[in-house]
Amino acid sequence: MSQAAAVSVDQGSAERAARGRSDSLAYVDGPIRLFVLAALMWGIVGFLAGDFIAWQLAYPVLNLDLPWTTFGRLRPVHTSAVIFAFGGNVLLGTSLFVVQRTCRASLYGGAGMGWFLFWGYQLFIVFAAVSYVLGYTQGREYAEPEWWIDLWLTVVWVAYLTAFVGTLVKRREPHIYVANWFYLAFIVTIALLHLGNNMAVPVSFLGMKSYSLLSGVQDAMTQWWYGHNAVGFFLTAGFLGLMYYFIPKRAERPVYSYRLSIVHFWALIFLYIWAGPHHLHYTALPDWAQTLGMVFSIMLWMPSWGGMINGIMTLSGAWEKLRTDPVIRFLVTAVAFYGMSTFEGPMMSIKAVNSLSHYTDWTVGHVHSGALGWVAFVSFGALYYLVPVLWRRRQLYSLRLVDYHFWIATIGIVLYITSMWISGIMQGLMWRDTDQFGFLQYAFIETVEAMHPYYVIRATGGLLFIIGALIMAYNVWRTIKGDVRYEAPMGEPALAR
Amino acid sequence: MAGGPERDAVSGRHTTGHEWDGITELNTPLPKWWVYVFFACVAWALGYVILFPSVPMPGKAASGVLGYSSRAALAENLAAAEARMGEQLAGLRQLSLEEIAADPELATFARQGGEVMFKENCVPCHQSGGAGAYGYPTLADDEWIWGGSMEAIATTIRHGVRHDEDPESRFNIMPSFGADELLSEADIDQVADYVLALSKGEASQEGPGREIFETQCAVCHSSNGEGADGAGYRDFGGPALNNRIWLYGGEKEDIVAQINQPRHGVMPAWGERLGETTIKQLTLYVHGLGGGE
Repeated sequence: MSQAAAVSVDQGSAERAARGRSDSLAYVDGPIRLFVLAALMWGIVGFLAGDFIAWQLAYPVLNLDLPWTTFGRLRPVHTSAVIFAFGGNVLLGTSLFVVQRTCRASLYGGAGMGWFLFWGYQLFIVFAAVSYVLGYTQGREYAEPEWWIDLWLTVVWVAYLTAFVGTLVKRREPHIYVANWFYLAFIVTIALLHLGNNMAVPVSFLGMKSYSLLSGVQDAMTQWWYGHNAVGFFLTAGFLGLMYYFIPKRAERPVYSYRLSIVHFWALIFLYIWAGPHHLHYTALPDWAQTLGMVFSIMLWMPSWGGMINGIMTLSGAWEKLRTDPVIRFLVTAVAFYGMSTFEGPMMSIKAVNSLSHYTDWTVGHVHSGALGWVAFVSFGALYYLVPVLWRRRQLYSLRLVDYHFWIATIGIVLYITSMWISGIMQGLMWRDTDQFGFLQYAFIETVEAMHPYYVIRATGGLLFIIGALIMAYNVWRTIKGDVRYEAPMGEPALAR
Repeated sequence: MAGGPERDAVSGRHTTGHEWDGITELNTPLPKWWVYVFFACVAWALGYVILFPSVPMPGKAASGVLGYSSRAALAENLAAAEARMGEQLAGLRQLSLEEIAADPELATFARQGGEVMFKENCVPCHQSGGAGAYGYPTLADDEWIWGGSMEAIATTIRHGVRHDEDPESRFNIMPSFGADELLSEADIDQVADYVLALSKGEASQEGPGREIFETQCAVCHSSNGEGADGAGYRDFGGPALNNRIWLYGGEKEDIVAQINQPRHGVMPAWGERLGETTIKQLTLYVHGLGGGE
């Protein structure tokens, strides 16, 4: 794609010119289009990988007896594909889109910067995925890539930070919009976490293998400081930035409360970073650190809900859009799931609850109510909004298909999280069950056998989620082609016709 | 950018006067309930921090008003369990296997504890309930390679089978009759036929297979006598062949393979790892699975 094609003229510029402004803006949109397509593609790859390993848990024969297809290697392929490849492409793409529009400034570094970020980031994803399948890993959850892949990501990330801050600096709006605060917090903190948790000492400069500089409980604490804040800043702060742009845009309503956005932003940023130790309750981690991890998690409840309130209440005055616009339904349902998981999270961080939930499927269910319900749904909403805008189409190919996607995926999520709740709590109760003498009642394998039906339900839920994503891919493809499906408007009572 | 704050007709609130790409913000105050719940959480956190260890100091963290520590809590839990089971555990320590078996209450206690230890340690090979698997002997029947009395079972658990690091480990080895050319292919074929017939109770008292069995196999697997053909000598760990219980398969090809180049299973010595009390519990459990002698 040529540079010229990568740059498009701001849609609103004619309007502004008419209002007497003299800005001739050229936003960098070419790379953003590819970020959108890459997000869709990696999303489907990541969902497929996830569902495949979900079926492996139910039917271990699906490990296929090949080293490359075992659960151990495919699990990081799934987590990295959905978090960093799907989520990351959504975040990079939307942040570049949002920062240019809300600053009324073209991307710092121009189209060249945009293309470098796009291809540099895809290269990181491919390096990481291939290395996992070949068996290379640092063994750190969500930070599996080996040392030189981490170095490459560092280069890309510094460029990203430069582009983002550079665009903020040359903005033509007096204030920085709240979406950009969240995006910036995400970019800066991820840089910090990435450097802090990858202090690897390579065995040789030509080899893949490295060892962590830290060891023992310090190493574990660093890993979970990273792991929890990957959730807090990658999957929460970044996507809250996205929410703050796309919900008011799509609902065409003002943001509910400016003050709430300030207060919950600073509270969230300050409190999140301390909550990591709740991943290490009842371990060798000193008691004082466990206490702090728990109390900071509890204090995090309301700051998280501040985002939910602002997202949902922005719809006041436009509630009927939940019926008529499945895109806004995706965005708002996502915020509802966000509220649910950010209540569940602090609850699970309480040591008494954690002693039951830790190491069980409940944790897996909790993560997925956030990942599927919040991250993926808010991303779907944003992508459905962006595709017609970026490709200059009047509307999506079909809102009905968005509606089908919404319901199929929602049923998938419900199957997923309810089965994992039941399975996880059952597993936790079986682990601690004792007889009249105090002897444990169940062997580990008996708990695994008991979980089998729930594994099947979970994998079925995942399958529905994939079907939804495939419907979306089809809808996006037809939209880009410029097709429009003839269909009645959404939300009319059936009897009225 | 808007000119300044405007009144939103739906909510009645004013906007802040900022505008970005068409997005404005209302000047809604913080929801009261949100502020109160947030303060309540902070107050709860402060209280918890005062009561529980939370302040790292040089050398050691401050212990908090309640003096809680997870190490002390673990020690308390262990002491409570010890107190609850103390009497029975003392009984297990002091009494012999026979004495334990003779005391119904203590025997029940031992078997239930043994079942837990069996599930945690033995099930991966011997399967749930000692059902056994290919290469791993069934423990729920009355066929015992190294003896099915409580003493014999305890010895096997304690020292393992072919466990190199334990000099008292159960040990035997069957020669590779084919691979080491001790028997010809034709001989192996004949003796395999004989062993197969033996397992079905159809072995004839004469013939070449019988002769080879007598000279080569009977020293461990035992020989004729009063109907005790192939019943096995436990001292050598020679498994009985006069039944249809097979460790490595009962088809003729399996038997030929085993004579040709036998597989030998290994069981770790559990004595040091589990301790004598647990060994006693496991022994009573395994002995009670169905076939104890």
